[in-house]
This record gives sequence, C-alpha cells and structure tokens, in this order.
Amino acid sequence: MASTDVEVQQTDPSTLPRDGQVSEDAAESTFAEVDDSARGIPAVEFRNVHLSFDDRKILDGISFKVLRGETKIILGGSGGGKSTLIKLVLGLLKADEGQVFVDGEDITNFTEPEMMRVRKNIGMIFQEGALFDSLSVYENVAYRLHEQGVPEDEVEEEVRRMLRFVNLEDAIDKMPIELSGGMRRRVGIARALVGGPKIVMFDEPTAGLDPPTARTICELAIKLRDLEDVSSMFVTHEMNNLEYITSEYAVVNDAGEVVFEKEGERLCLTNTKIIMIRQGNVIFSGTDEQLRRNEDPYITRFIRGH
Amino acid sequence: MNFATRVVLEVQETTLMTVRAARRLFRRPTYLNEMIGQMDVIGVGSLTIIILTGFFTGGVLALQTYPTLKYYGAQEQTGRLVATALVRELGPVLTGLMVAGRVASAISAELGSMVVSQQIDAMRALGTDPIRKLVAPRLIALIITVPLLTVIADLIGIGGAWIVSTQLYGIASAAFSSGVWEGLTSKDVVGGFVKSSAFALIIGAVACRQGLQTEGGTVGVGRSTTTAVVAASILIIVADFFITKALQVILGMPTG
Repeated sequence: MASTDVEVQQTDPSTLPRDGQVSEDAAESTFAEVDDSARGIPAVEFRNVHLSFDDRKILDGISFKVLRGETKIILGGSGGGKSTLIKLVLGLLKADEGQVFVDGEDITNFTEPEMMRVRKNIGMIFQEGALFDSLSVYENVAYRLHEQGVPEDEVEEEVRRMLRFVNLEDAIDKMPIELSGGMRRRVGIARALVGGPKIVMFDEPTAGLDPPTARTICELAIKLRDLEDVSSMFVTHEMNNLEYITSEYAVVNDAGEVVFEKEGERLCLTNTKIIMIRQGNVIFSGTDEQLRRNEDPYITRFIRGH
Repeated sequence: MNFATRVVLEVQETTLMTVRAARRLFRRPTYLNEMIGQMDVIGVGSLTIIILTGFFTGGVLALQTYPTLKYYGAQEQTGRLVATALVRELGPVLTGLMVAGRVASAISAELGSMVVSQQIDAMRALGTDPIRKLVAPRLIALIITVPLLTVIADLIGIGGAWIVSTQLYGIASAAFSSGVWEGLTSKDVVGGFVKSSAFALIIGAVACRQGLQTEGGTVGVGRSTTTAVVAASILIIVADFFITKALQVILGMPTG
C-alpha cells in the first residue's frame, strides 16, 4: 500500500522530545555528523541466544546487532519468538544460553534491581498498549515521572508535550477504557517515550489496527528514528509497516512541519535493516531490497502472502 | 510436574515473594498511598460483611449453647462460653474466611488481569518492581486491617449473643457481662491477634502469588481466583489448628 510521496503532519516541532534538539535547526540535526565515540557500541546485541519453554524451543542460537540510531525490523510468523527477543532485552525473560548486551553492557545475568536501572533507558511499546486500567491517560503517561518523584508542574508539562507528540492531548483526562485501540497504543507510545529513552522496543504496535492508524504508528517510529536518533527493534508481521519504515524518512521543512519523504534520489535509507525469524533462527538479515530479491520460498511467500 | 512437586514449588515461590516484599518494604519509594488505599478497600470495604457475620455468629452461638448449658444448670455461663469461643476461635477464623472470600478473590483477579493484559510487564518495563508496588502494600494493609476486623467481629458477636441471651432467654445482663469478663484473659486476646495476623499473611501471600502467576488469558484469571480463595481458606483452617496448639504451649493456655 503505497502512500503519497510527501505527507505533511501538523505537528509543531517544539512539541517533539527535547533530547533530539530538532527545534533549533531540524535539517542539521537530522543529517548532522554525530561525533560520539560510544556510537561504535551497538545499542542491542544478541550473541548465540537460546531459550526454551519446557520442551518447546523458542530461540535456537540467535545472534544480531542493533546499531545506534538504527531501526531493526523483526519479521516472522506468529509464535516464532519475535516478542521473546524484546522481553529478553528488557530482562522480562532470561536466556538459557548466550548473551544479551544493551549499550555494550552484558545484561544476561543481571539481577532484578540491576535490570531496573537498564530498563529506565529503554522505552517499550506493547502490542495492545498495556495501559494501566485504573489510571487516567495523564497518570499513565506520567507514571515513570511520578515514580521518580518529579514535581507535579514538571510532570504535567512533560505529559502534555508527549501527548502532543502522539496527537492526543485532548484525551489527557480520559480513562483507558474510553479510548479506541489506536489511541491506546499512541498513549502507550507517549508513556514509553517519557524521559527520552534512546532505545525503543515496538511489539507488534499495529496489530489489529485500521490502515490509517497503523500508518500513524509507523510515522511515530520514523520520527523517532530520523529526528530523535533512537535505536529501535520493531517487531511486526505486517508488510505495510515494513514498506513505510524502510522507504520513508522524516524531516522538518522550512515551515517547521514534520514531513515524510520517500527515499529516492535525495536520500537512500541505510539506518533500517530487517531480520526474519523462523523456528527460533535468523533466516534473513539485510535491507528491504535484499529481502525482496531473496528467493527463499518461505520468505517470498511471507512477502507476497501466497 | 506431579501434584506434590507443584505444591512444594508453590510454597517455595509464595514464600520467596513474601520475603522479597518484606525486604524491600523500606526502600524508596515506599508506596504509602497505595497502602492506605488498600486498607480502605480491604478494611473499610469488608466492614459490612464482618459486622453481619459477627452479629449472627454470636447470636446463633448463644441460641445453641443456652439450652445445652441449661441442661447442666449452667445457663448463666452463656456469656463466658460465647466470648471465649468467639475471641479464641470463631472471630479470627470467620473473619479470615470472609476476607479470604472477598479480598483474596479481588486481589487475585486484579493482579491476574494485569498479568494477562501485560500491565505487569509494562510496570517492570517502566522500572517499577511489582512486588513492591502491588504485593507489599496489599500484604501490609491485610496485616493491619484483618486483626482490627477480627476485634470488631468479636465485639459485635458478643453483642449479638447478649441480645439473644437477654431478650430471648431472659438471662440478666449483669450475669452475661460478668461471664464475659471472667471468661476472657489477655492471653485470649493476644492469641486472637496472632491468629488473625497469620491469616492475613496467608490471604495476602496466596492471593498475590496466584494473581501474579496467572497464565492463559481470561480463563487463567478465573482459575487463579478460584485457587486463591480455596487455597487461602483451607490454609486458614489448617493453620488455625497448628497455631492453636502452638499458642497453648507458648502462652501456657489451658489444654485440659
């Protein structure tokens, strides 16, 4: 499903997360050379990770890296262990064998309190949003800040900024039960992005959503990648998501609006890679062009749907 | 995994969870508001059923014991018997069972729903320890409120027995009261507190553990809730026996 070449979103750049510094000179920050010696260290790395539940093998020696500022799209059929990868990064599950690194730190044998420190730097977007039912949208987004004891006026400012980022400021006083599926996920995204994490995990964020809403979610992922220098793992089995994320990029135009352009003569996206998982193994790793040229029967069937 | 292994595993995991909750109790943030909220839900919320249970249990106890005591010519001792039975045994056990029915199910269902809708994972992903945020406040709230509810059940029960004894059987109010005062010792009251605190711990630990280990969607939530209520109720009855025996030895209460 191809989109129009250039789409304009009415998002005021001052509403974007501070860390990316897009409001000053957006074009420069988007394409600027980044001088950071730590950039050589992958944001996330899996080394020969094995995991089984009882007798069922979920991951069978998986290895891959997510570089800084890179979006790694993880494709694969349902029940193939895609979401498990994200849970391993967050330490919600522990690998049976192998190592998982986050920011160069081996988290494989971290205790729960040590993991809490690592999790503070990772944003996680769950399949159904996983909002806290008993808390309002405001309290959900403010959750991390309330836990840290941030003063209420600062909390409100940050919550409003994040809700503007996902275009949901009007819903601030609603309860999760009053929101549609797409709104819940956007609130989930706002909640995950509070505190400006540099690593973000998406666990099938568009599953069960209508195409325009799914597109909005993908646009948020693109904005994070291109304007905020966020590294992410984007688990999905929907080819539309792949199409959007691998072929479009976000820039801020002269009017200060975020626009999405298709890659082509001006720019070729190199910060988005794909891996495909099947039966606990990586069966493909590379760019979208390589994926489309691949002749493996499973992969061609997965892409075409027949 | 066979049944015995599963039971041992459950005991181990429940104990570990409770120890973790206790060890992290005083680390910041302390979740005091959560604790007060839970005390309101558990304590104030259970007041009506505890008052009704206490009143009618005390009443029926007097109704049943008076004729038997009269047979031996000891009907003046009705107050003494009812008070002893209530404070030592029926108050703590019935309060425990009522709270197990009302609160263990609610805690287990709430935590279970949070597990299946990934809210617990989200909480951990946002850097919060669910044991500290959810389990510890509930355990503390139960340990504080269940003994208080027990005291209320005891008092209301004795009140119910007083009404039955004086109004239906015509025992003099002073005779009933003096029986109550003579029958009760401070050891009975201490024993009642020990029992009700232990029952509170059982209810909280079993309900939280069952809730947090929920698997298999909404069906799993139903299963956890049932298991929590059944296991907590049985454990209360079993624990009551052993605590009674232990109290007889430790406090030197009459054994025969």
